[in-house]
Amino acid sequence: MSTTTTARRTGGLTRRQRIRLVRGVQYAAFLGVGLLIVVKADWPRLSHDYFNLAIARQLFPDILSTALKNTAIYTAMGFVFGLGLGLVLALMRLSEVAPYRWVANVYIEFFRGIPLLLWLFFLGYGVPTATGAQLPGQPYSPIVLGLGMPAAAYMAETIRAGIQAVPRGQAEAARSLGMSSGQAMISIVIPQAFRIIVPPLTNEVILLTKDSSLVAILGVTVGTKELTKFGRDALNQLVNPTPLVIAGLCYLIITVPLSLVVRRLEAHNNRAR
Amino acid sequence: MKFMARTSRQPEVVSTASDAAIEVRSLHKSFGTLEVLKGIDFHVDRGEVVCVIGPSGSGKSTLLRCINLLETPTSGKIWVSGQDVTDLDVDIDAVRRSIGMVFQQFNLFPHLSVLENLTIAQRRVLRRSRTEAEAVALTNLERVGLGDKVTAYPAQLSGGQAQRAAIARSLSMGPDLMLFDEPTSALDPELVGDVLEVMRSLAAEGMTMMVVTHEMSFAREVADRVVFMDDGAIVEEGRPEAVLGAPQHPRTRDFLARVLNPGHRVSPPDGHA
Repeated sequence: MSTTTTARRTGGLTRRQRIRLVRGVQYAAFLGVGLLIVVKADWPRLSHDYFNLAIARQLFPDILSTALKNTAIYTAMGFVFGLGLGLVLALMRLSEVAPYRWVANVYIEFFRGIPLLLWLFFLGYGVPTATGAQLPGQPYSPIVLGLGMPAAAYMAETIRAGIQAVPRGQAEAARSLGMSSGQAMISIVIPQAFRIIVPPLTNEVILLTKDSSLVAILGVTVGTKELTKFGRDALNQLVNPTPLVIAGLCYLIITVPLSLVVRRLEAHNNRAR
Repeated sequence: MKFMARTSRQPEVVSTASDAAIEVRSLHKSFGTLEVLKGIDFHVDRGEVVCVIGPSGSGKSTLLRCINLLETPTSGKIWVSGQDVTDLDVDIDAVRRSIGMVFQQFNLFPHLSVLENLTIAQRRVLRRSRTEAEAVALTNLERVGLGDKVTAYPAQLSGGQAQRAAIARSLSMGPDLMLFDEPTSALDPELVGDVLEVMRSLAAEGMTMMVVTHEMSFAREVADRVVFMDDGAIVEEGRPEAVLGAPQHPRTRDFLARVLNPGHRVSPPDGHA
């Protein structure tokens, strides 16, 4: 008996037939579960609780004009602060001066290691308790520092990796044209590094968008509510979870387009290489 | 990478033995425990074209890179146009301005157009106006036959075009001498000719040139002097017809035999002839 004929006879199926069978079973299982959910679910109840149009209508326009706007503002502020500080930290990590590297390393490990919530409690309650005064620049300073300082730690590592991914010859060419190391860094290396790190930085924006929900614990007024706080308050007032669903959808309005941008940029970068 | 280091101090004029364009004395360079240059004495006179040849790993590129301090010498002295570049008080950025450097991998700046590649250092380093820098750039692009590639980006150029653009970029800084680090080694064979043609015309115009190369016919035709290096030392040097035509040293003979008749082994691999 030759090996090729035994392979064909295993279980009485050819390889092609076996692939078709396995695939067919999976599609059937998927369809079955889907049908079960559609048939068994209590649709009127679900739509009343989670997709209640009458409730949803009461959320507008504030959920967009206040909550979504504030989420976007807090995210943007945290990102800009984090990017600036992250760039400085990245350059410190790459410095020839050892103390700069130490400071940057301690900073990065510290903020990557502690929970964001703890840091926000520290800024919102710890500092005022110790000093008897709020941070200056309310209400934005604790939000900017709260979101931006930990974000800087993550972005510093991303930026450092980007700078190191620029071929050494680029800085050498710049230096051999007489540029100082600072000029070479600013005009030649950093612009190329940023091209490399746009996808991971965009991911950082997505993470920050979601993290901005935690600033609610800093205590906010009506005008400074972001999406999560807004949704939670509306849940309590209207005694219906629909506001949370709508708030969730609002996050997706920000994050899904960003995700798509990241995917396109990554595909583009892969092609360019 | 140095962090924004910049020296503005002007050094006093250091006297040298000769008024050579490049003067190297007992230069040693080690990478860790690996000694790459084992005491090099070397010079290039003004207006002279010197080709440095030798097997890979012989230290010829390291010697060239030491001259504009892309590598820091372990010991020894180097004067460029009478200035001791190993003196820590010398403004190395100013020295590098007067030295053009052409790399094996071109090292054009991929995020800038060809024109911007040629103007950025003129503007940042020499503080030329945009109009002046662009005029200089255009003249040099014409000179290397790339007058029609002004708006192209490096990725759109062939290897030969990229290398000519890189030469034009160095020329735009108005260098006193040019260093070429295996300028044609990364090129497809059919593109080598255009680059050598540009270098030939530069030599004819009286440019001081140090060329690390494997192009023996170019060395024979253009060089005033050929230097053969092996194992971190200069083994033999002299007129091209002497070194290439009637080499005195067995190592030179062996190297030339292998380069000029690739595939035809003159001596057994273990070294005894």
